[in-house]
Amino acid sequence: MSGAFRIPRAGRLSQAKTARFSFDGQSYTGIEGDTLASALLANGVHLVGRSFKYHRPRGFLSAGAEEPNALVQVERDAARKAPNIRATVQELYDGLVAQSQNRWPSLAFDIGAVNDIASPLFSAGFYYKTFMWPKAAWKSLYEPKIRAAAGLGVSPDKPDPDHYSSRYAHCDVLVLGGGAAGITAALAAAETGARVILADEQADFGGSLRFETGAKIDGQDGYGWAQAAIAKLKGMDNVRVLSRTTAFGYYAQNFVGLVERVSDHLQSPGHDLPRERLWQVRAKRVVLATGSIERHMVFADNDRPGIMLASAARIYLNHYGVAVGKNVGVYTANDSAYAAAIDLKKAGVNIAAIVDLRDHPTGPVIDEARALGIEVNFGRAVIRAGGKLRVTSMTVQPKNGGGERTIPVDAILMSAGWTPSVHLFSQSRGKVAFNDETKRFVPGIYAQDCISVGACNGTDGLSASIDEAYAAGAKAAKDAGAKTAKGTKPKVDASESWSRGMLGAAPGAGPDKTVKAFVDFQNDVAAKDIRQAVHEGMRSIEHVKRFTTNGMATDQGKTSNMHGLAIAAETLGKPIPEVGLTTFRAPYTPVTFGAIVSHARGPLFDPTRKTAIHPWAEAQGAVFEDVGQWKRAWYFPKAGEDMHKAVDRECVAVRTNAGLFDASTLGKIEVVGPDAAKFMELLYTNPWEKLEPGRCRYGIMLREDGFIYDDGVVGRLAPDRFHVTTTTGGAPRVMNHMEDYLQTEFPHLNVWLTSITEQWAVIAVQGPKSRDIIAPLVEGIDMSDEALPHMSVREGKICGVPTRLFRMSFTGERGFEVNVPADYGQTVWEALWAEGQKHGATAYGTEAMHVLRAEKGYIIVGQDTDGTVTPNDAGLDWAVGKKKTDFVGIRGLTRPDLVAKGRKQLVGLKTKDPKVVLEEGAQIVADPKQAIPMKMIGHVTSSYWSQNCGRSIALALVAGGRDRMGETLYVPMPNGVIEVEVTGMVFFDETGGRLND
Amino acid sequence: MLLIRCPYCEEERPELEFRNAGEAHIARSANMAGESDDDFEKFFFIRSNPKGIIYERWRHIHGCARFFNAVRDTVTDKFVMTYKAGEPKPSKLPGAVK
Ligand SMILES: [Zn+2]
Repeated sequence: MSGAFRIPRAGRLSQAKTARFSFDGQSYTGIEGDTLASALLANGVHLVGRSFKYHRPRGFLSAGAEEPNALVQVERDAARKAPNIRATVQELYDGLVAQSQNRWPSLAFDIGAVNDIASPLFSAGFYYKTFMWPKAAWKSLYEPKIRAAAGLGVSPDKPDPDHYSSRYAHCDVLVLGGGAAGITAALAAAETGARVILADEQADFGGSLRFETGAKIDGQDGYGWAQAAIAKLKGMDNVRVLSRTTAFGYYAQNFVGLVERVSDHLQSPGHDLPRERLWQVRAKRVVLATGSIERHMVFADNDRPGIMLASAARIYLNHYGVAVGKNVGVYTANDSAYAAAIDLKKAGVNIAAIVDLRDHPTGPVIDEARALGIEVNFGRAVIRAGGKLRVTSMTVQPKNGGGERTIPVDAILMSAGWTPSVHLFSQSRGKVAFNDETKRFVPGIYAQDCISVGACNGTDGLSASIDEAYAAGAKAAKDAGAKTAKGTKPKVDASESWSRGMLGAAPGAGPDKTVKAFVDFQNDVAAKDIRQAVHEGMRSIEHVKRFTTNGMATDQGKTSNMHGLAIAAETLGKPIPEVGLTTFRAPYTPVTFGAIVSHARGPLFDPTRKTAIHPWAEAQGAVFEDVGQWKRAWYFPKAGEDMHKAVDRECVAVRTNAGLFDASTLGKIEVVGPDAAKFMELLYTNPWEKLEPGRCRYGIMLREDGFIYDDGVVGRLAPDRFHVTTTTGGAPRVMNHMEDYLQTEFPHLNVWLTSITEQWAVIAVQGPKSRDIIAPLVEGIDMSDEALPHMSVREGKICGVPTRLFRMSFTGERGFEVNVPADYGQTVWEALWAEGQKHGATAYGTEAMHVLRAEKGYIIVGQDTDGTVTPNDAGLDWAVGKKKTDFVGIRGLTRPDLVAKGRKQLVGLKTKDPKVVLEEGAQIVADPKQAIPMKMIGHVTSSYWSQNCGRSIALALVAGGRDRMGETLYVPMPNGVIEVEVTGMVFFDETGGRLND
Repeated sequence: MLLIRCPYCEEERPELEFRNAGEAHIARSANMAGESDDDFEKFFFIRSNPKGIIYERWRHIHGCARFFNAVRDTVTDKFVMTYKAGEPKPSKLPGAVK
């Protein structure tokens, strides 16, 4: 048996297919097709959670996505612990394990419930008022305590082992909502041949047809019709039907985000299935058929477990075969609750009484209820509910006062009417309009190519909804370019009648200021809190909402917004539209991070770039560092070496014999065309027209404001061809910068730009023996100093493959950079390595490269410059063509601030104690004895131990630095002040003779 | 996600393929070196930042890689029109586009 409250022959689930599950350690049996909610109710369990603020016992309010109370933790294993799962949405599978949340030590006895007794302390705005002072206490004291006490569920503490997927999809017509209206619209659109996607958040299509026993369409009961229509749609090639799929966000130009819950309902999903799939759909037309959500009645203690929406009780009975009680009371202000009472009565459940706030309602459901012998009371209110962990009674009073009567019940069904679900419409930036007659906000002005149909459009009655939906579906398809429909509109044979209900607080909600008549269950906001907000001066609904937190919980106020608004309007004495409705924002229901992130995590979060020589470095045991997306060999430790020892050895070896360095990550751009030199003149500060083919030049690129943007050595291969190198990190932005000017400012220049970073592997061979290593492998290039002087480039062959051989140096030693097609990078490296072994060469990594260049005072853009440094500041004024009439940045360089005295200039620093290595980023002061805060005159940009110099070296930006040569400055550090001497930037081989040695 | 029509590809493509490149129709002087401080300030620092219609440069960076100009409404985000780089600022804008 799957629960004492399961009604034989009721519902649509097969009683034979049972599923075991546990809740708070207790085992239960449900049926396949149950939700966790229906399975618990079948076992008579209503108490499933404690509320957020007051820790009040809570049960199920609803049977769907709007559920504010029944949030549970579902645990598959140690890593798969999902908090805040709505039990009304979670489908049951055999072995499901769920826990209640926000209670300690147990659900029935919760220490935090003292908040309920002390609740006068927790009135609206409590947090704002109480924890404002002292300010510092918020972070250290208040917030952690509040969070610990208020936690909703526990986050998993292990990486998510599930995988998620995502898809883009395009369609002519996207239909959101699979009730009668949505199905009809999808049929109408699909019959034209248009590409249609139909999505519904439930496992089963049909929407309210799942509980409306009075609906008959095309000769079938409503639910049966829906299933047949879905089967038909699934059989069409032009239609995609997505169940368990929630449209959570409606973005610009009919771009809609949906999440499909692929495997949360399966017992053992297997690794092939993603947990969820994100659909990003671009639709030519969208049909919104999102239905409406029933509102509860706002009266004292309306949150007791067992008190729920009337329509929820109908779904539990008519779909799941579950009675929500044995002796049920009804409190309503509209007709639809009668149908719930009638269905339950017919299923053998006692209906204690129907209490109707209306004075003289008439209609077939009222007659039928009476005919079934149900007690019906008009013009009366339920002024309070009895019971604590479960409702035990309802106390009834004439609505204008009078004698009270308490009726024992074990459940109360409520209906204050229905609220059109305009969430997605509002997200689409459409403007809602208030219908004064029906007291509903309905779609008003559309901002996108969408249309609302059925209940979400405020359309009452099944016939009218189907008429509207059929016309809208056909029109949407036609507007999207499809042919005219050739199908037939579904015919409604019978339907249920709907009526309007009420908004705001019912008589049982006070005026007493202690009555807890809940408006927002999830955030524990009662009618009195909204009234208090108004009394304290809140006028706009946006302020009321933030002050009380009404509608700001994870359910986004699906059941509470309209009540809250009506109470605020009544208290303000203003009509509802003047108080305004808050804007709905995505997501409609909570979306997991997994679905958004999809595959883009771990190694797939960002591309990893590796050079052609990477495998060799890896085999040699190199330690790598991340430089942007690149993996670069940092240093090559030998057995027993730490980083410092390895780097010291590498640095000495380069200056003693030679070193090989993988420089492939350098950005490379080929600038080609008759106007290539003119273009270079405009993009770089240097003169280029007179640079002879075969020669190289160090170039500086500025922005228009005059600050250094990038640098690199440029080789002129031919009159119309430059091989430009950029910094490793700067390659994409330099390319963008060049393209921008070429396309938009200098389009008259006949030039082509090609990124060649990945096409050429670059092997730097540096050191006194470098020529000896390279020469034996080179063909067709005269390697003599006369033919190939420093800063020149030749094309020829190395190891039989083409090379662009640069004679250049970033170490201060005689040096070469061997460019070869990337495919041959490792082969040529290995050949050079073998040759190098004859000459005592070593491989060196980026750390040694940094030290070696710093020993020579060569700057690194982005390390020694920071976007506020001019060529002059960096001591590179020589690279600015003084006779040039234009280049990018020429005017910026003459701005008053850039030519002012006292600018920070790049200088060298030597610590008085040569063994002390400064910290990069450390601040520099002129007088260490001054009062704090000290006047900081600069900072260290580069700092290393230099084994070649036998001391530490540093570069720094210092105000007026070049006028301070020999001056003593100070670097205050936590452990004391370090004395430094200002020096030139070159620490090794000041004359530069070694470039040609 | 917006759809942007590239005037070179002559196709509407998703926003992901594009990158904004700042305000359009800010001409770089042919005599840059001779610009006054005031004119350089206007050229380099001052941008209009309107509520409503803005003229912008965009680049179809993950497509044809061309820079082009666009007219966009900063209130609705909608693109009113796009046109090729170098073409004059349109004197008349098409009516509300869908
Ligand atoms: Zn394009």
